[in-house]
Amino acid sequence: MPPREEAVAFSHALTIMLAIAGAGGALALALTTPDPVMIFHGLLFFAFCAAAGYYVATNPRRGGADEQNSYMDGPIKVATVAAVFWGLVGFLVGDIIAWQLAFPALNLDLPWTNFGRLRPVHTSAVIFAFGGNALLATSLYVVQRTCRARIAGYWAPWFVVWGYQLFIVLAASGYVLGVTEGREYAEPEWYVDLWLTLVWVVYLLVFLGTLWKRSEPHIYVANWFFLAFIVTIAMLHIVNNLAVPVSLLGTKSYSLFSGVQDAMTQWWYGHNAVGFFLTAGFLGIMYYFIPKRVERPVYSYRLSIVHFWSLIFLYIWAGPHHLHYTALPEWAQTLGMTFSIMLWMPSWGGMINGLMTLSGAWDRLRTDPVVRLLVVSVAFYGMSTFEGPLMSIKSVNSLSHYTDWTIGHVHSGALGWVGMVSFGAIYCLVPWLWKRRGLYSLRLVEWHFWIATLGIVLYVSSMWVSGITQGLMWRAYDNLGFLKYSFVETVEALHWPYVIRASGGVLFVLGAVLMAINVWRTIRGDVSVDIAEQPASAAAAELRGEAAAVPAE
Amino acid sequence: MNHAIFEKNSLVLLIGILVVVAIGGIFEIVPLFLLNSTIEKVQGMRPYSPLELAGRDIYIREGCYNCHSQMIRSLRDEVERYGHYSLAAESMYDHPFQWGSKRTGPDLARLGGKYSDSWHVAHMHDPRSVVPESIMPGYPFLAERKLDYPDIAAHLRALKLTGVPYTDEMIAEAQADLLAQVSPDTKEAKELVARYPKAQVRKFDGSQNPEPSELDALIAYLQMLGTLVDFAKFDAAGPNLR
Repeated sequence: MPPREEAVAFSHALTIMLAIAGAGGALALALTTPDPVMIFHGLLFFAFCAAAGYYVATNPRRGGADEQNSYMDGPIKVATVAAVFWGLVGFLVGDIIAWQLAFPALNLDLPWTNFGRLRPVHTSAVIFAFGGNALLATSLYVVQRTCRARIAGYWAPWFVVWGYQLFIVLAASGYVLGVTEGREYAEPEWYVDLWLTLVWVVYLLVFLGTLWKRSEPHIYVANWFFLAFIVTIAMLHIVNNLAVPVSLLGTKSYSLFSGVQDAMTQWWYGHNAVGFFLTAGFLGIMYYFIPKRVERPVYSYRLSIVHFWSLIFLYIWAGPHHLHYTALPEWAQTLGMTFSIMLWMPSWGGMINGLMTLSGAWDRLRTDPVVRLLVVSVAFYGMSTFEGPLMSIKSVNSLSHYTDWTIGHVHSGALGWVGMVSFGAIYCLVPWLWKRRGLYSLRLVEWHFWIATLGIVLYVSSMWVSGITQGLMWRAYDNLGFLKYSFVETVEALHWPYVIRASGGVLFVLGAVLMAINVWRTIRGDVSVDIAEQPASAAAAELRGEAAAVPAE
Repeated sequence: MNHAIFEKNSLVLLIGILVVVAIGGIFEIVPLFLLNSTIEKVQGMRPYSPLELAGRDIYIREGCYNCHSQMIRSLRDEVERYGHYSLAAESMYDHPFQWGSKRTGPDLARLGGKYSDSWHVAHMHDPRSVVPESIMPGYPFLAERKLDYPDIAAHLRALKLTGVPYTDEMIAEAQADLLAQVSPDTKEAKELVARYPKAQVRKFDGSQNPEPSELDALIAYLQMLGTLVDFAKFDAAGPNLR
C-alpha cells in the first residue's frame, strides 16, 4: 500500500519543523546557560538537529508506489557499524581502566582520566552503546523478516538510530567532564535521560507499528523477547531516573528517592538492566540467529513459552540480592534471594532451547566459527546464570559481595554471553545487509573466536582468584581473635590478578579489532578469501538462489 | 492453554508483559515507602550543611562510589573493621544513595574523624605518599580549584523538593553558611552550628586562602561521614527491631 500524498507532505513538513525547533531551542540554551557542560551539550544538540534538518530538506520523502516494497535496512546498517565502533571504544576503555588498577600512575592525576570518571564510560559504552546498537540492529532486522513487513515509519527509524548515538555521545562526554547522577548504570543526567526517553518511546512505536503491519498471523518468539526488552527498559528507566534538577539551565540534579528506597529502586533497575537489556534482548537474538544460521527450527515451542513468561516474571524480583546484609529490610533481601534462585530454572530452560536447536546440525560447531560464537555464548549464558543464583545466596554473598568475584561473574556474562552472541549476530548480519555471498574471511572469525575465548578465560579466572582471596582476607582472624589483615594488604595481594585480567582484556580487544577489519572488508565488497568454506546461510537471501524475500504488502 | 491470543495480538502481548514485569517492583519497592519500620528512629541525623553538600557533589562527580562503599554490613569482620553496621536512617537524606557495590578501596561510611585533615590533604594530593601500596588515583587538582558555589541555595531548594527538611532559613543563609564553615570563631560559624549541629568548622585544606577550595568541601564531607547518629541512644533491639 503506497503512502498517501498528504501524509508524505505532512511528515516532511513536521520533520523539518521539529528539527528547526530542536536546533533553535538548543542554541538558545547554549547561549543562556552559565554551565559550561550545558553549553557544550547544547551545541552538540544544535549540530544534531541542524544536520538532521538539512538532510531531510535535501532528501525529501518522495512517497510513490515503490516506497513500501522493500525492507528498510538503512538504519540497521548504521546500528550495525555503530555496534562495532562502540564495541571497540568500550572494550578499549575497559582495558585501560583495568591497567589503571594494576598501575595507578596511569590515572595521570587528571580529572578527565581518573578511574572514577572513566569506569562509567566503559560500562555505558559496552552495555548501552555496543549492546544497545546490537539490539537496535537485530531487533529492527528480525521484526521485519519475521513479520514480512517493512519497518513502520519513514524518518522515525532513522531518528531512533541517530538519536540513540546522540544519547551515547551526550552521556559519555558528560561523564568525562564530571556530569553524572552517581548511580551505577544510570549515570546520565536528567536532560540526557529525557532525551533517551523520547528516543525509546519512538523505538517502541516503530517496533509495535511494524508488528501491526505484519503479514504473518503469529508474532515470532524473538519478537516477544525484543518487545519485553523495550517495554521493561522504558519502565525501569523512567522510574529509576525520577529526579529534581537544580536548574533547568544546568546539568545537576538530585534523585527523587533517597537512602534505602533509592538503593532498592536502583538495584531493581540495575539488575533488570542485566535481565532485560543484556538478557531478554539478546535472547531475542538467540531465537532468530541460531535457527537461521544452522537452518534448523527452534528446539521446543512449548519451552520457549514457559521460558519467556517465567523469565520476565522472576527477573524483576532479583534486585535485592545486591543489598544482602545492608540496611535494606530483611524481608526484601529474602524475597530477592528466593527469586534469584528460582531464576536459575527459566535461564537454563532458555539455554537448553538454544543449544538443542542444533539437533541434527552439531557438525556445524566444527565447521562454522560463527555458529561456534553463537553456541559458546549460550554456554556462557548457562554458566553465568548458574553462578548468579549461587552468588545470590546470602552466605555466599557475604563473601563475594564488594569483591572482584562480582566483576568476574559480570564479565563471564558480558564478554561470554552478550559479547559473543553479538559478534555472531554481526557476522551473520553484515553479509545479509550488504548483499554479499559471505564474510570477507571466515578464518579471521576463527581467530577472533579463539583469541576472545582465551581472553575471557584469563579475565574470569583471575577475577575468581582475586575476589575469593580478597573476601577471605577481609574476614581472616589471627590466633588472638584480631582481624589478620589491614585493608591495604588485601589490595597489595591483588596486583598480579589485576595484571592477568588486563592482559585477558587486551586479547578481547584484539579479537574485536579482527572483527572490525573483517566487517569493514566485507562491507567494502572485497573478494572473500575462503568463500568455499562458508555455509549457504552466510550469504544474503537474494544470493542463495532462493526467491528474494520481500514484504508481502 | 491457548497461547495464541498473545501471539496474534501485539497489544495483548504488550499488556501481558507490562502486568507480569510490574508485579515484582510493586511488591518490593512500594512497601519500603509505606512501612514505618523501614527507617529506624535515631537521634542526631540532620541534612548536610552547604559545604558538606558541595563536597558530596564532588564525591559523586569524581565517581568515588565506583571503588568505595558507604554501607557497613552486619557481619562481624565488617563491624570490627569499620564500626557499627550502617543504619537505613544514616542515608535517609542521601539523594542519591552512595552505598556502592565494590570495595576496591575501603568502606567510607564511618570515615569521619579517623584521619587528620592534613592526612586527607596529602592523600588526595598523592595517595601513595601516605599509603605506599594504594592504587587510588591522585586528585591534586582539587586543592587548586576554587569551590564554585553561587547557586548553592538552588541545590538546597531542589533537595527540599525531594523531601529533605531544609528550612527556609537554611536556604536563605546557604551561601553565608558555606563560607562560615571555613571561617572558625566567627558569629556566622556559631549560627551555622546552631542550624547544623555537629558541623565541623575549620579550614580543611590547610591553605591560608580564605576562599573555600574544592578540597575544603570534599574533606568537610569525608570528615562528617558516619558521625551524626548518637549510638549511645540507639537501641537496636528496641522499637527498631526489623
